[in-house]
Amino acid sequence: MAPARSSGERAVEISLRVPTDLEVVEEAVDLLARHCLASGLPPHTARFNFRVVLAEALANAIIYGNRLDPEKSVDVRVVVSRSGLTVQVCDQGDGFDPSVVPDPTEPNRLERDDGRGLFLIRNLVDEVRFNERGNTICMVLRRA
Amino acid sequence: MSFTVRKDARGVVVIGVDGQLIVGNRHELKQKVLDAIEAGERKVLIDFTSTGYIDSSGLGALVSLSKKLRDAGGDLRLAGLNEDLRTLFELTKLDTLFSIADSAEQALANF
Repeated sequence: MAPARSSGERAVEISLRVPTDLEVVEEAVDLLARHCLASGLPPHTARFNFRVVLAEALANAIIYGNRLDPEKSVDVRVVVSRSGLTVQVCDQGDGFDPSVVPDPTEPNRLERDDGRGLFLIRNLVDEVRFNERGNTICMVLRRA
Repeated sequence: MSFTVRKDARGVVVIGVDGQLIVGNRHELKQKVLDAIEAGERKVLIDFTSTGYIDSSGLGALVSLSKKLRDAGGDLRLAGLNEDLRTLFELTKLDTLFSIADSAEQALANF
C-alpha cells in the first residue's frame, strides 16, 4: 500500500495481483474493501457498490479475460482520494469490445442466466472506461 | 457461506442462503433445488434473510432455477431480500421475473 500526494490531496493507492481463480474473488474483495473503505467512511451505498463492482470486474477478468487460465493473473489497482475511489482491473487476455455487450434487461434477454456483470458495473458507478484493447476496466465512484 | 434446507408444513421447500450467493457457491444452490425437483417437490422458496450479497452469477442461477421449476410445473419464489439486494433485482429488472416477499413467513402464507 503506497500513500501518494497530488496537488495537496492525500490519496492512498493499493495494488493487488490476483490469481485466475474464482475462489479468491471474495477474499480479494474483502481485503481491498477493508483497506479502501477504512478511511473517509463513504455512505453505505458506496460501500456496497464498491464491493459489487469490484467482484463483478474480477470475475469477468478471470472468466472472460483470462479464460480461467491458471497461468494468468489479474492486476487490481485502487486509488482512494477525497474525490472518491478509482478502481482499475486488468487481465492478461486479448480484450473485448464492451460496446457489443447486450442489455440484459431487454425482454428477450431477461431469462438468460448470464450477461449481467458489466450491466451492474455500469449502473453502480459514476464512470466506466476501458482501454483500447479492452482488457482493462477503470471504474470511478465519486464521493457524494 | 452455507445453505439450509427444510420443508414447511405447507409442503414448500425452504432453502436459506447464509452469507452470499456468488459464482463460487451457486452450483451448490442449483444442486439443492435440482435435488428437490428430483424428489418430486414443486414449490421452492429461497430465503435471503441472512444473505448479504448476491453477484450476477447468483442472479443468473436464480433465473435458471426458476425456469427449471416452471418447466417441471412448479414455482420458485424469493423472500427476505435486504435493501441492497432489492436494488440489484430492480436494476436488472429481475424483480419483474420473480415473486419476492419481504419475509419467508409472508411468502409461505401466500404460496
